[in-house]
Amino acid sequence: MHADPKGVLTGVHFLDGDHACCEGTLAAGARFSAGYPITPSTEVVERFAWRIPTVGGIFIQMEDELAASIAIQGAVWGGAKAFTVTSGPGFSLMMEHIGYAAMTETPCVFVNVQRGGPSTGLPTLPAQADMMQARWGSHGDYAIIALCPNSPQECFDLTIQGFNLSEEFRVPVMMMLDECVGHMTEKVVIPEADQIEVTPRRYTKLPPEEFHLFEPREDLVPDMVKAGDGYRFHVTGLTHDERGYPSMNVETQDVQVRRLQDKLKPLANGRALCETENLDDAEVVVVSYGITSRVAQRAIQLARAQGIRAGKFRLISAWPFPEQRISDLAGRVKAFVVPEINLGQMVHEVARAAAGRAAVIPVSHAGGSVHNPDAILKAIVEAAR
Amino acid sequence: MNQVTLEIPYEIPVDAHNPVEPFLRMDRMPHIWCPGCGIGTTVNCFTRALLDSKANLDKVAVVSGIGCTGRVAGYANLDSFHTTHGRALPFATGLKLANPELQVVVYSGDGDLFAIGGNHFIHAARRNMDLKVICVNNLTYAMTGGQTAPTTPDHVISATSPYGVFEPSFNLVALAEAAGASYVARWTTYHVKQLSRSMEEVLSKKGFCFIEVLSPCPTLYQRRNKMGDGLDAMKFYKQVSKIRHGAPTSECALTKSGEIVVGKFVDRDRPDYLELLRGQMTESLGDRYAEPEVSCSC
Amino acid sequence: MQLLTEIRIGGFGGQGVILAAAVIGKAAAIFQGGYATMTQSFGPEARGGSSSAQVILSTEPILYPYVAHPDVLVVMSQAAYTTFTPQLKPGGILITEQEMVRVDKYPNGVRAYGVPATRLAEELGRKVVLNIVMVGFFGAVTNLLEPDALRKAVADSVPPAMQKLNLQAFDKGFEYGSELIEKLAENGYGEELVSLESA
Repeated sequence: MHADPKGVLTGVHFLDGDHACCEGTLAAGARFSAGYPITPSTEVVERFAWRIPTVGGIFIQMEDELAASIAIQGAVWGGAKAFTVTSGPGFSLMMEHIGYAAMTETPCVFVNVQRGGPSTGLPTLPAQADMMQARWGSHGDYAIIALCPNSPQECFDLTIQGFNLSEEFRVPVMMMLDECVGHMTEKVVIPEADQIEVTPRRYTKLPPEEFHLFEPREDLVPDMVKAGDGYRFHVTGLTHDERGYPSMNVETQDVQVRRLQDKLKPLANGRALCETENLDDAEVVVVSYGITSRVAQRAIQLARAQGIRAGKFRLISAWPFPEQRISDLAGRVKAFVVPEINLGQMVHEVARAAAGRAAVIPVSHAGGSVHNPDAILKAIVEAAR
Repeated sequence: MNQVTLEIPYEIPVDAHNPVEPFLRMDRMPHIWCPGCGIGTTVNCFTRALLDSKANLDKVAVVSGIGCTGRVAGYANLDSFHTTHGRALPFATGLKLANPELQVVVYSGDGDLFAIGGNHFIHAARRNMDLKVICVNNLTYAMTGGQTAPTTPDHVISATSPYGVFEPSFNLVALAEAAGASYVARWTTYHVKQLSRSMEEVLSKKGFCFIEVLSPCPTLYQRRNKMGDGLDAMKFYKQVSKIRHGAPTSECALTKSGEIVVGKFVDRDRPDYLELLRGQMTESLGDRYAEPEVSCSC
Repeated sequence: MQLLTEIRIGGFGGQGVILAAAVIGKAAAIFQGGYATMTQSFGPEARGGSSSAQVILSTEPILYPYVAHPDVLVVMSQAAYTTFTPQLKPGGILITEQEMVRVDKYPNGVRAYGVPATRLAEELGRKVVLNIVMVGFFGAVTNLLEPDALRKAVADSVPPAMQKLNLQAFDKGFEYGSELIEKLAENGYGEELVSLESA
């Protein structure tokens, strides 16, 4: 379906990534947000708090990130599209509720504007060091989707896509911005509402007596209901059967937890979101994401100018990791160069997928800035040697 | 079984054993609570209150945290949410704001609501969020084996206070009043009629309402403190309880074996969160303010 | 606009540094069909009342978002002057709020232009528009962007009730800049006054 025009600020704007992300949530149909202030992400909800009373929805500033990250899930079960926003320590505090959303298959969006860590770290400066936390930070086995925009325009576009994917798969989606992208201002084009595709929540058509809240359809995703519609359903973070009833045994655990992972497989393979360039003749492929993908692009241009056959593989959906794509490439390239603003996170996924068939070279950065393109270029040159 | 004396607007199955069956998920019985535990009694009172209030059960949601009382959500045949430890209130806040026509009841224990969830409690009360909070206070962490809670009275022996509790405990009713609750009452599981009535009363009261129900944990609290079984607990409640409606909540602190002041202490009208929100937005934005339509078909 | 121009604007809080940068970026990206990336300095350097922003203008998509050595430096405080002047590119342009900044030395080959923006703003009755006076002056002395694109960006960046005042401020700064360039040309400094376009 098309976006509700009430939330769509059609026009050409000059916005920073945080504000563009907020416009993305509104265009996607989010009418509820709960937040707690933290740098450098607060601008997302500041704008939402400013915009939402005239759009028709609610922003509530909660007492902490624990509250914010569960209030949105209450709102989702009340029928809302909802999201929260955080950074750094706040993301750590939200981990339990990312697990709850995964376990209860609550579609919702967590925006994480990454800053330098650990702990309080670098509140006002960028990093990409929450990538593994986004994937594994809550206890137990589960899966999530993580998208990495590299510009304010993408903060808008991908946020809509993030909401759509969360509805399609009934899964929490992490929008993995970083301080640089969040605070960078560029042109953002917001189309007319009828040019924006929005995935509606997949509500069941079955009557209450035939409906089971966690009975998957063919795509392994169960249909939704909302409170107040007479379904008298039960949601629990305990291991549960298809009715949603606690069922704490080996069999139920196996069925449920495997499905939570398996339902996202299409995104790990054919539907992985990535951006590639010059892969046909590439001997060195730079795998990057977020702001680093722009800096990497510059390094690739410089390498090509030197006659090195460098190619670009940009992860847009970092999770699920596009394992198959990297694996296919590993058979025909010499090396992968993986720059990221951390001391080595996604590079391990690349190495796993490459499985020794190509060299995998990390270009790490402890955070606080973006790479100098020369540092990436140097790694490309060495890899090509 | 159709000859029950109460006027029941709900269909009771012909093979029902109890008129409260329509309120429970009978396919989940038997429940996990111990013999002599008071939580079941409070659930029974709650079903009576629902019955008497003639609430549309499709529009009543129960939200629980973690713990023995946290399991109430799983047995109530309503839209029900068993959330994370301590977070029933913020979950309920989101649920209520997304769908204000829901009557949202938060049903949880003292450890869940006042230790790990204490911050959420004072803030939900401060906002006067339209939530009905039923706190079953068994003075201990029961699900995990009887550890000290912020409510455990002085000198009580617990799994983590083997030599006796020495930390001061919370007076929940005073805390609720100070934080801004519109309605504050306390009963014990001995006072089933009064408790049902209080529950019924809050179902038609706007704003943040708090009912504390003292309830025995014979397995972990009573036994460890040589206070007998569930029946002994009822005798104890009967013996030491004093009904004092309107008593200053500051005078209602609990001790291990002293007087238990019960009754309705606070019943005041304050604008709730949504009224305040609407008021402020209308004042600031006038016609530009759009009534929230949080829940959507998309 | 040329392939890549890097601009830094510095001052202290309340002078509208960020808005000035946003107007320049918007003019390029929205009203002149180019690309612009603006970043703001957060962190220690943004504390203590100082404020700075960086804008990159380009005819192509901008990949690297930060400015290390600006082609144009606009400073509205002595502190910003001291901090950022050493970073100016050789052959770059230094623009100062001349009553706030005492210019002593600056890198060889840098061309410096001063404007009493605060005073010009006060003449319009509102000191707060000094940043837009600076933008007008910037437009005239750099000749990087079409004046019309900048004017549109000014109008687009302020509330409707403030548009007239801000456009006056822009024009005042622009005129002051144009006159200064003419005067310098008459005095025989013409050689140095080639715009960045051909620099």
